[in-house]
Amino acid sequence: MSQPSSSVTMYYLRKIVVAGLIIIAVVWIATPFVISILYAFSSTEDYYNFRLVIPLTYTFEHVKALIDLGAGEYIMNSIIVALMTIGISFLLGLPAGYAFAKYVFPGKDPLKLFIVGLRMFPILVIAVPLVTLYIKLGLNDTLLGVALAHTAMALPFVVLITSSIFAGIPKDIEEAGLIFGLSRVGVFFRITLPMALPGLAAAAIFTFIMSWNEVFIASVLTFQHRTLPAFILTAAQASPDTIKFAAGFIMILPAMIFVFIARKYLIAMWGITLR
Amino acid sequence: MVDVHLRNIVKKFGKTIAVNNITLDINDGEFIVLLGPSGCGKTTTLRVIAGLEKPDQGRVLFGDRDVTLLPPRHRNVSMVFQSYAVWPHMKVYDNIAFPLKIKHMPKNEIDKRVRWAAELLQISELLDRYPHQLSGGQRQRVAVARAIVVEPDVLLMDEPLSNLDALLRVKMRSELKKLQRRIKVTTIYVTHDQVEAMTMGDRIAVMNAGKLMQIGTPEDIYLKPANVFVAGFVGTPQMNFFEATIKEIKNVTLLDAGDFKIDLGSKFVDILKDYVNKTVIVGIRPEHMVPKELMPPSLKDVAFIKGIIDFVEALGSDTIIHVNTGSMILVVKISGSHRYQLGQNVSIAIDLDKIHVFRKDTQNAII
Repeated sequence: MSQPSSSVTMYYLRKIVVAGLIIIAVVWIATPFVISILYAFSSTEDYYNFRLVIPLTYTFEHVKALIDLGAGEYIMNSIIVALMTIGISFLLGLPAGYAFAKYVFPGKDPLKLFIVGLRMFPILVIAVPLVTLYIKLGLNDTLLGVALAHTAMALPFVVLITSSIFAGIPKDIEEAGLIFGLSRVGVFFRITLPMALPGLAAAAIFTFIMSWNEVFIASVLTFQHRTLPAFILTAAQASPDTIKFAAGFIMILPAMIFVFIARKYLIAMWGITLR
Repeated sequence: MVDVHLRNIVKKFGKTIAVNNITLDINDGEFIVLLGPSGCGKTTTLRVIAGLEKPDQGRVLFGDRDVTLLPPRHRNVSMVFQSYAVWPHMKVYDNIAFPLKIKHMPKNEIDKRVRWAAELLQISELLDRYPHQLSGGQRQRVAVARAIVVEPDVLLMDEPLSNLDALLRVKMRSELKKLQRRIKVTTIYVTHDQVEAMTMGDRIAVMNAGKLMQIGTPEDIYLKPANVFVAGFVGTPQMNFFEATIKEIKNVTLLDAGDFKIDLGSKFVDILKDYVNKTVIVGIRPEHMVPKELMPPSLKDVAFIKGIIDFVEALGSDTIIHVNTGSMILVVKISGSHRYQLGQNVSIAIDLDKIHVFRKDTQNAII
């Protein structure tokens, strides 16, 4: 007789445990965001007042201080680098992704593994040779140089993601294009690409955020033409905490806006990838 | 509109031979069905005709134009895919118009043709929708409209009805056939469904294991199968097969099947005289046998086999009875209005005009 009631208890217990785990995960992820945003706008007195956890007066002066230090220019640099990274990595990665998705060729699987394997080496290891090489090529302290380095980091990701997006587009759909008057290239641009666009947009946004967040290579390779993270790393290090929080806020804002816009594309992309 | 000729087509995928030396002549305006079990090479043959696969050997001719190495877009062919392959990012109208747009046809001409095709397929009211808003049957119609709007020389269909439900399939079967008659386009239709093949094809090409088994009208395929494979593949329930030894006594041929002997009389003596004392495969369709008491008076040339009813399948319109003759089961199809009991003794009359005899070694038809 106790069998049914205990199974009901188990059912609710399980629900409570799951809900609890979800709450812990959300708090874990959200707390740093909330704290940095709160303190980025907190007045300095409130921030240093030990009796206040949540500040009562707010100000834009920390963000403004950063802008006065030239953050605006560095934001532009970061955007330019990120866009160049997307451009170059897509130019190189899309054809590779398409080839992996649609063609059978010898060495396909080892090559795929090799591409993932490239991410195995810590960037620290290649930093010094990279700088030497860049100086020889005249690429040091240029935005293009940073973009190329970021491309090297993003490319494996772009290849794998786009290949799974292209693999999700049925062969018949492309062959119908061939039958009804298109060449292979025509099929790619008029059938495959429009269908892949949502997924590609998501991949582009990921590339953007990766480039936007990357700090080490950007710091090593640039001196005057810094990207935002490289600037913040040097500028905020010696600054008061509130400035650090303001810098953090400037860093996460674009990422949050992008993710917010791209939510449904992200879901679409994972849907395709996981199939 | 054009006649299509396949000359010794061979297509291999690695070590597997998908199409093994197929030669086939298809007349202008003909509806030909490539019929066979899955993996028999019928779809590959179609793709070779479409230009989606290059044959390893052989030629494809459209009229006297050799198209073997031409890409699909230069062949003026159309295709209806099994999955429909309607482009999901275009509205129905744009799907149908797309092949014409690529040909840079003037806009008003495109519009006229799209509306003509849409009307023919009864999808005029769907032109403004996206494919994901359509049912499977409607998508199918869009795919057919797109295929005919270009007025192709050859229309290719790859199991176009297999994803539809049973009722819709029957409806589309007759519609497609009527449509083909109306626009008189040379049509090559791939299916594994013998009913589709029998009802739609002007001629049927039966394939197995990459080889062409037989080509002929549906009637030929049904009444005069060229070999055991064709005889067994076409017709439901399947033809009964059993081995028998041929005996000749005083100008009369006997088929000795062990359990029973069939007296063929004298009419096959000449044809079968080379096979005397040899084992052959005998085939007889379930619908060409009947219990003695139900024999129509017109049926004269018969032989009788005795047996016990082992199993009865009452299908409503038909009744299938399984007759145990001792060591084998013969399946007999009769009208559904007759009742038979399990264990009942019956004498089954075989229509000797409809009996088939095949060589045991080559499996080819003798009679």
